[in-house]
Amino acid sequence: MDFQVVVLAGGTSKNLTPLVSKEVPKPLLPVANRPVLYYVLHQLEQSNLKDLIVVVEGKDAALLVGGWISGTFVDRLHVEIAAVPEDIGSAGAIRAISHHLTANDILVVSGDLVSDVPPGAVAANHRRHDAVVTAMLCSVPISGPSESGSSGGKDKTKKPGRYNIIGLDPGKQFLLHIATGAEIEKDTRLQKRILRAVGEMEIRSDLMDAHMYAFKRSVLQEVLDRKDTLQSLKQDVLPYLVRSQLKSEALSNRIPRAEENGNEKVSSQNNQVMVSQILANASTPSFHDLCSVSHDGSAPIRKTHKCCAYIASSSSYCARLNSIQAFMDINRDVTGEADHLLSSISDHNNIVGPSTKLGTKTTVGPHCMLGEGSEMGDKCQVKRSVIGRHCRIGSHVKVVNSVVMNHVTIGDGCIIQGSVICSNVQLQERVVLKDCQVGAGFVVTAGSEYKGESLARKEK
Amino acid sequence: MDPRRSARTVSDPKVRQVGFFTQPPPPDRSISDPPRHHDPIQSSSPSSPPVNDHSPSGNSLSPVMIPPPRHHSDTLLRTALQATSPTTSFPYSARTVTVPQENDDVSSFSPGRRVVSGKSPSSFPGVKASSVPASELTTVSVVNLPPGISVDFSAYKEFGMVRVSLLDEHQLKVSCFIILKTCAMKHLHAEKEKLTAEKSGGAAVEVQNDQLARSKPLKEKTSKAERRALQEAQRAAKAAAKAEGSKAPAAASKVGPSANTKPSKAAKPPSQKNDGSQVAPSEKKGGDRAPEKDRKKDAPHPRMQYDDASRVEKAKKRAVVKQTEARNRVELFRHLPQYEHGTQLPDLETKFFELNPMHPAVYKVGLQYLSGDICGGNARCIAMLQAFKEAIKDYLTPPEKTLIRDLTARISSYVSFLIECRPLSISMGNAIKFLKSQIAKLPLSLSESEAKASLMLDIDRFINEKIILADKVIVKHAVTKIRDGDVLLTYGASSAVEMILLHAHELGKQFRVVVVDSRPKLEGQLLLRRLVRKGLSCTYTHVNAVSCIMHEVTRVFLGASSVLSNGTVYSRVGTACVAMVAHALHVPVLVCCEAYKFHERVQLDSICSNELGNPDAISKVSGREEISYLDGLVNSDNLQLLNLIYDATPSDYVSMVITDYGMLLCLLGLTIVEELTMVKACGGAAHKCARHCERISKRTPMVLDGS
Repeated sequence: MDFQVVVLAGGTSKNLTPLVSKEVPKPLLPVANRPVLYYVLHQLEQSNLKDLIVVVEGKDAALLVGGWISGTFVDRLHVEIAAVPEDIGSAGAIRAISHHLTANDILVVSGDLVSDVPPGAVAANHRRHDAVVTAMLCSVPISGPSESGSSGGKDKTKKPGRYNIIGLDPGKQFLLHIATGAEIEKDTRLQKRILRAVGEMEIRSDLMDAHMYAFKRSVLQEVLDRKDTLQSLKQDVLPYLVRSQLKSEALSNRIPRAEENGNEKVSSQNNQVMVSQILANASTPSFHDLCSVSHDGSAPIRKTHKCCAYIASSSSYCARLNSIQAFMDINRDVTGEADHLLSSISDHNNIVGPSTKLGTKTTVGPHCMLGEGSEMGDKCQVKRSVIGRHCRIGSHVKVVNSVVMNHVTIGDGCIIQGSVICSNVQLQERVVLKDCQVGAGFVVTAGSEYKGESLARKEK
Repeated sequence: MDPRRSARTVSDPKVRQVGFFTQPPPPDRSISDPPRHHDPIQSSSPSSPPVNDHSPSGNSLSPVMIPPPRHHSDTLLRTALQATSPTTSFPYSARTVTVPQENDDVSSFSPGRRVVSGKSPSSFPGVKASSVPASELTTVSVVNLPPGISVDFSAYKEFGMVRVSLLDEHQLKVSCFIILKTCAMKHLHAEKEKLTAEKSGGAAVEVQNDQLARSKPLKEKTSKAERRALQEAQRAAKAAAKAEGSKAPAAASKVGPSANTKPSKAAKPPSQKNDGSQVAPSEKKGGDRAPEKDRKKDAPHPRMQYDDASRVEKAKKRAVVKQTEARNRVELFRHLPQYEHGTQLPDLETKFFELNPMHPAVYKVGLQYLSGDICGGNARCIAMLQAFKEAIKDYLTPPEKTLIRDLTARISSYVSFLIECRPLSISMGNAIKFLKSQIAKLPLSLSESEAKASLMLDIDRFINEKIILADKVIVKHAVTKIRDGDVLLTYGASSAVEMILLHAHELGKQFRVVVVDSRPKLEGQLLLRRLVRKGLSCTYTHVNAVSCIMHEVTRVFLGASSVLSNGTVYSRVGTACVAMVAHALHVPVLVCCEAYKFHERVQLDSICSNELGNPDAISKVSGREEISYLDGLVNSDNLQLLNLIYDATPSDYVSMVITDYGMLLCLLGLTIVEELTMVKACGGAAHKCARHCERISKRTPMVLDGS
């Protein structure tokens, strides 16, 4: 279908410390005991997209990711791993691999997207409108534990900082305005020209840019070449394209016709014009077309390009793993309401690995996941939590709304709520953790209590 | 009309009322004496509906009428005998059309739909009546058709239309098949009855009823294709016999399946058309009961009857696009495909990367059809051809396959995909036929790149010559019909009409334009916008006001999706209404239609072949939430929404058809003389037809050679 897929997997994101480390870069962060990158690759594989370029920040991370991909998707996917320097942003990453891009259209997917929206839908929408960029928008996931919020429910008030403001045309087809993240605090400026051309704009703040874009390659490369300052696709390139859609500068929309000028006869060119005119008249013109033609209806005076939006249906699941809270949410959702993302699910609404050992009177509630080889002592309680592989958990341990990664040792009588415990962590007896993140390899001494803290080893 | 309705329902409750019932044609055309020999029918067959007073001859002339119900009484035989008398007067050499009769069950015989199924030779020269026994498969010689035309009566049986293949696409002028339809067919049927009765004695009705009884054809000179078709027919008959034994109403339900077996014009490989014998294709159509296995591979038929559950199931299995059947469909239009709108597009979109064999360009066009981004006959055709061009450009012949065969198959798969997105228009069918014939004609010696280049050139040529140049020529002709001070009315948004108006404006003619529009598409607004921007003075109204505005109009220019060989104009729904109002007020109606949109089939109504649009479009008014009174009712069982896309305008209401071959005053033009003789031979409505033809010939059809 003439599409190339670029997965921007990222590297060691600062947002997610202490969860990510040199050993566990962001793409390999386990979500329900699978690296988060798995979900994207699996989704692409389902859509029959087998030739991928995975861009990873940092050489070491690239090695790790490459090793994991070749181990997991051997013979199923044809993946090229590209390592780019850190901190060059997503636009920089595309710039760096620009010479690999040959297809007409590029699908750029963020590696931290956990979603069941088919990428084909975005691509098809892109093709149908012949757009320069099509962005997938999905409804903002409800943050924090959605139901029975015994803990963590209070930070809802803190959340609204991350709103996007997205302007759509009445048909919900085209992006008219997009402002993300930090800009929101200030006044938002709308472009009068676009507003005048469309007549009506729908401003939504309940939509989120899911960072799955289809770009027209020629335009993307041109924009990236021309504007060195553009750093991020989401915050710079997309708003730039949206802003300039009615006065697009040197976008190669009309190139084929320009080429023909020289060598074709005048008559045949006349015919070409007529053909394109018939085609143009037959379709309902978008505001781009109406705006681009001058008032008397003669030749287009202004170049325009289309920025489309594909709005995922509200029933589909879509979330990005870009914060610790999101990490918790996604873990909960993937084992819970969005469990169709995992191929295997048992009848009891929880997944217990094949070789786990449970002590007497230990209960594992619904929406839980226990990795293989984990052992639990007597009278434990696990609710809405994910526990990784080969963990050893003592007796009288309570794990609620938490994520426990692999090879974690938890002593007797610990209580863990709303926390993330990374791999190889040792919790000694009677530790009480609430809303904490414990970095890999950390040792929590017996009897300590923490609340809302981030614990990590000092880097040497 | 009511008595006829009830009569129909009695005779076959499964058959829907078909037709576009108009008043009998205006007195100047329709006065005719009912032929004498029809009187016995009236008197002796009490079961005949009273409406037979006017029929068949009285009504049969209007192309929109359905031949009245016939009853298989003995009196008919007498009629037929009378009718056959003048056969010897045929001076012309004959072409043979063989239609194996199948499925001709009197109990399921529905007037108006299945008029002629078996052929009796005796009314035509070339075959001696006495030499033909009561075989179910007989040969009819249809006289005086210009070479290259074959008539397929079997199509009429199921579709209410006659299928006439024009071998030469330029033979637009030959379209006098109304006469064939109205006279010949009915009498043929009658004669078949008679023959059967004669030969098999008193058991005539039994023979008719018992459709299993098939005998060998007597004709010795059957071609291979004929024999094969016959064999198939016999095999099918055997199967049918078994089926019939088990369940009685099988015959009635058989109309649907047999309808589907017939390859459509568009889907038929063009190579068949090119070989010398017209016999084979037309015979196949009637007798094709190929095993299911063969058919499975076929694309879903453009002319599939969607009220046939089993067939729909099968089509669904191979469909690329997920098609959820709409629940509440209007009874009359159940045979047309209608799906839940809104479910197809998202589903197709999600499969974007999974359809490997589909070329992206074709896929894109399909999406655009499905979402309604492209509409309008010319635009859809051009878009499709350009997509095919792209596909051919990227085509590589797989190893161990030949380009000609593989590419044809590839194109067919594209076409079936496009059909799933939206049913093909007739113009697209013609374009596909052209492309396939070009592929078939490629010499084997050509290399792949040469072949591809030549095909791409062919496509360009088709677009340029058949569409662009044709439009230019049409504009040139039509502009001569616009005088200063005219008030021109147009309906919808036709690209040809738009060009005419703009060109006339450029020439400095002083005229006004009335743009008539209709919900739900409101495409006239787009036209209006472009016209007003160019400085034309326009009036805009909706079709419900057309009778008021028509008083000041001096010319009506209409576009067409297709012009059929009986002169019926198949066009955007509402066109017929506009044309009729104009006709009633004596305003000339000029239909602008490129020649590539002409089609040889004959359609009498807009029911048997049409397209259903999204029913939501008429139940909702976009942008006006406050008047969505139907909210919540749409899914109720006793509400059925009907959003038709096309309608058929009978040629009576069309004063002139402007094509790139010139302006045709009336399509029933050229072969009048020959047709006249045949009409006489058919007895029946001869008198009436003669008058009709005279009227036509007085108009002196003016054919300008545009090319």
